[in-house]
Amino acid sequence: MKTNTMNAAEFTSQGHWRTLAACAACMLALMGCHPDMWNQPRFAALQKSGFFTDGRASRDPVPGTIQYDGQRRPWKSAVFEGISGGQLTVPSIMDDTFYTGRQGEGFKADNYFPVSAELLARGRERYDVTCTPCHGFAGDGFGVVTRRGFPNPPSFHIDRLREVEDGYLFDVMTNGFGRMYSYAARVTPEDRWAIAAYIRALQFSQYAPLDTVPADVKEAILNPQPVVENPADSSAAHH
Amino acid sequence: MAQVFPRSANVLVRAGIASSVLLVSVLTLVAAGMYQSPLVNSMKIAKAQPIPFSHQRHVGGNGMDCRYCHTSVDSSNFAGVPPTETCMTCHSQILTDAPMLQPVHESWKNGTPIEWTRIYDLPDFVYFDHSVHIAKGVGCTTCHGAIDQMRLTHKATNLYMGWCLQCHRAPEKFLRPQDKVFDVEWKAPRNQIEEGLRLVKENNVNVGQLTNCSICHR
Repeated sequence: MKTNTMNAAEFTSQGHWRTLAACAACMLALMGCHPDMWNQPRFAALQKSGFFTDGRASRDPVPGTIQYDGQRRPWKSAVFEGISGGQLTVPSIMDDTFYTGRQGEGFKADNYFPVSAELLARGRERYDVTCTPCHGFAGDGFGVVTRRGFPNPPSFHIDRLREVEDGYLFDVMTNGFGRMYSYAARVTPEDRWAIAAYIRALQFSQYAPLDTVPADVKEAILNPQPVVENPADSSAAHH
Repeated sequence: MAQVFPRSANVLVRAGIASSVLLVSVLTLVAAGMYQSPLVNSMKIAKAQPIPFSHQRHVGGNGMDCRYCHTSVDSSNFAGVPPTETCMTCHSQILTDAPMLQPVHESWKNGTPIEWTRIYDLPDFVYFDHSVHIAKGVGCTTCHGAIDQMRLTHKATNLYMGWCLQCHRAPEKFLRPQDKVFDVEWKAPRNQIEEGLRLVKENNVNVGQLTNCSICHR
């Protein structure tokens, strides 16, 4: 009996310590004290590294590196696979026209891809993302940044730009022009071709020959009806 | 033989048991509180950046698309932090003398990267790919919150596994049509569940598979 007994104060204090220890363990577990698994010894994209003198973990290709043509990257968007006739990868790096917009001495006159609704839809999406800050949604050169002090780029709806080749538009996106920086690192070549196709559609939307308009729409354009501002007023006029 | 314990020991034992129970509950509550606290998950805490870049100005004010800067978000696991060249595309002309943009101009001149402070950092044992979430209709603001209203960027969600699972268990509550994925003003429609179930089917989301451990821990 004597061996099993203990002081009451001793009993409670020991109980407390056990509870406390258990709780502390639980809390530490909850707080996740495993930084070794959390941050594993490998580098993520754009991470800092003390190993290289420039402090970057991501490395540039060695100067003079030539892209190997054997394994080309796949299309990033299935759109182009369909448009280019089920081709699974982007064209060979040897295909200058695809990567530069040039053909022979000058620029490729028409688009690299056959123009389709899918190509235009892709071009519109990428144009809206990439080009509208300066060129505006209508291509008139009044994008949002021009209101913040960026000089207006030329409108697409001028004769000079209506007459240039698709390959020229591609070349400007690729190499930049005047104050416009190159978009080669931000927009893939296939998307630049799609944007060129969409710019053509934008130009057409503001400069369509009357003969290409369907007959009923043509009639409405040639004999415009007076615009009725308020339907309530017009019904009152009938009485 | 005299009693070993005095009568008062009963009170001590009862008090001891009661206070142990109390202590456990209090500690549990404290732990739960800490779990939800920004002190632990750094939610809603804007961190200092070398340049006080405002998403509110660029996205909310100028209406720029997320993909203008985060170019690889729909084609890679990593959304991409824009290089200095992207900043300079506009800031070679706009606010060229602003003191707050000096680090950008210095970076451009010297070719040294700007060291942004990371806000969203998943543990290395979690596999995450931006592009598949975009492709299946998870919008930017679902995870990144009202980014168009953030002056300095903060973490809008706690990124706990339970939070991930809310959507992995019932994606129909969150999925949007493809043309609304980058729309920062999108609000779930009244018939979200109905629409969401349609998108789950249309985008071939295999819901049962989304809660497999190896989907994220691979």
